[in-house]
Amino acid sequence: MSGDPLFVDGVDWGDVGIMGLKVLVAFALLLVATMFMVWFERKLIGDMQNRIGPNVAGPWGLLQTFADGVKFFFKEDLRPENADPLVFRLAPYISAVTAFLSFAVVPVGGVFADVEGQTGTVTIFGKETFLQVADPPIGILLLLAMSSIAVYGVMLAGWASGSKYPLIGSVRASAQAISYEAALGMAVVVVVIMAGTLSTHGIVAAQAGGLDTWFVVSSGVVPFVVFLIAATAELNRPPFDLVEAEQELVGGFHTEYSSIRFALFFLAEFMNVITMSAIMVSLFFGGPSGPIFFGLTWLWPTVWFVAKVLVFLFIFVWFRATLPRLRYDQLMHLGWKVLIPLILFWLLFVSAKELRITYGWNPVIVFGAVVIGALVGVTLLIAALRAGDRAYQRELEEA
Amino acid sequence: MGYLDGFRITFNKLFDERVTTEYPKEKRPKPERFHGRHVLNRYEDGMEKCIGCELCAGVCPAKCIYVRGADNPEDAPISPGERYGFVYEINYLRCIHCDLCVEACPTEAITESKLFEFSFSNRQDAIYTKAELVVGDDGRPQQMPWELWHEDDDANTSGWMRATAPAGNPDFENRVGWSGELGYGVRAPEMGQHAPEPVEEIDDPDHDDHHGHDDHGGHH
Repeated sequence: MSGDPLFVDGVDWGDVGIMGLKVLVAFALLLVATMFMVWFERKLIGDMQNRIGPNVAGPWGLLQTFADGVKFFFKEDLRPENADPLVFRLAPYISAVTAFLSFAVVPVGGVFADVEGQTGTVTIFGKETFLQVADPPIGILLLLAMSSIAVYGVMLAGWASGSKYPLIGSVRASAQAISYEAALGMAVVVVVIMAGTLSTHGIVAAQAGGLDTWFVVSSGVVPFVVFLIAATAELNRPPFDLVEAEQELVGGFHTEYSSIRFALFFLAEFMNVITMSAIMVSLFFGGPSGPIFFGLTWLWPTVWFVAKVLVFLFIFVWFRATLPRLRYDQLMHLGWKVLIPLILFWLLFVSAKELRITYGWNPVIVFGAVVIGALVGVTLLIAALRAGDRAYQRELEEA
Repeated sequence: MGYLDGFRITFNKLFDERVTTEYPKEKRPKPERFHGRHVLNRYEDGMEKCIGCELCAGVCPAKCIYVRGADNPEDAPISPGERYGFVYEINYLRCIHCDLCVEACPTEAITESKLFEFSFSNRQDAIYTKAELVVGDDGRPQQMPWELWHEDDDANTSGWMRATAPAGNPDFENRVGWSGELGYGVRAPEMGQHAPEPVEEIDDPDHDDHHGHDDHGGHH
């Protein structure tokens, strides 16, 4: 085995086996979870609309998604004449693969109690390991990278379809994703500053303890709210589903897709919902941490993790049942003029607070400087918005 | 809470009653004047009411009715008049169940039952011929093997013309203006729109202005 760079620094077959096992389990669990997410959403939205929802395939309609999947496989795979053959085929895989990859950094278990020696590891085959597929030092950046690449899946799908509605849908998708990624990223930055690490495992470990150490509380609720709204927009879920606004764009970017390629988009969409919920739990709600009552110490964190994720899945469906779709200018207004300034100022507050603690600066001076800085910023922002409105009014009058 | 009120509403809906009727498993009762599959009626003596005038075919917006009249054979007349419906076909792949044929018919020959659950595996079956449309000797519609009949679907086929006064004229309300039917005889009028059941309508001072309007009919 000499010369093989895989087995250096004490890496042996055990590590490779564990890695392979983790990838397999994560892949399978994510697929099954997505299947049940689709069922969960349809059932819940039915309940919220006084309907019954799927109830024919399997008990309580549990196998409905499975039945749909089988149906997709047997449908005719159409490709429009004007479509770009290579890109048209490539786009669904970009969406699906990025959806799978983002989940790799989420810690789904391990005891993170505030006790020495409890650092979220479990022992498999006599080796200590994290209950997450990978814990790269860049951690949370991988999520941002993947959600940016996923935009390519949507954008290329719309462009390659050679048809106008998909193109409009995908242009909307990329504009929306770029606008909200800024707010999303800055909400993440707040958490990263407080945790002092980019690694998702490190972020979860930094929240170990009680409810008050969860970042949703200790960062103020604002970053979480901004993250939740921006994540909903990033996922193209209602009320931000302008990308596939059925009433205007037929199906948006996936109008021309059928059969298994459509199924891949569908899969990616719901998988992203699960991943985003899991990320939110990891960033703001302490990931798998929670009280451990009896027996099976290693199982409880995973139970807590799943329970927390389920709450967010419920919230996403709740959004869909409640909120009407935003108009496009409202979407841009909310993104650029509300969320981004809000999270920018919050970032200013939080980083000033952290710096003050690190360097032991005078709290009054720091607080005063931050308030003055924020006031100047707000004044400039309002002035800029007014100037923009005036220019727009002038244009209207001239026209 | 302003913006967040909607969330409370949708959440409370989780515990609300479901409004869905799970159709093939459970079925809702049909309205009195449901427009279903047609029947061709006969007089009490067994004669057919259809005189082959083709008014139904003329009025049909979907052009689904094909009629050809013929002179009655003198020794064995089929209808009481001069002519009878020699060919009578309705194509149920086209019929929209608007009931205009029923309104056009001068002899109350064509009316509709409440049957709507019928399907075909070929186009020939979808075209009902006269033999299939004419009521049986008991005055009830014939039941084809591909039709799913329910209780009372076949009982009230001529209810439409007995519902209220002909042409909506209140002077004729509750007066018999229709012929007898095989198996039933001359049926009694159904209660018209001035039936004394809803109390608030009688107390209504504007009540008399509503005479002659047909839009209250049908819900008893």
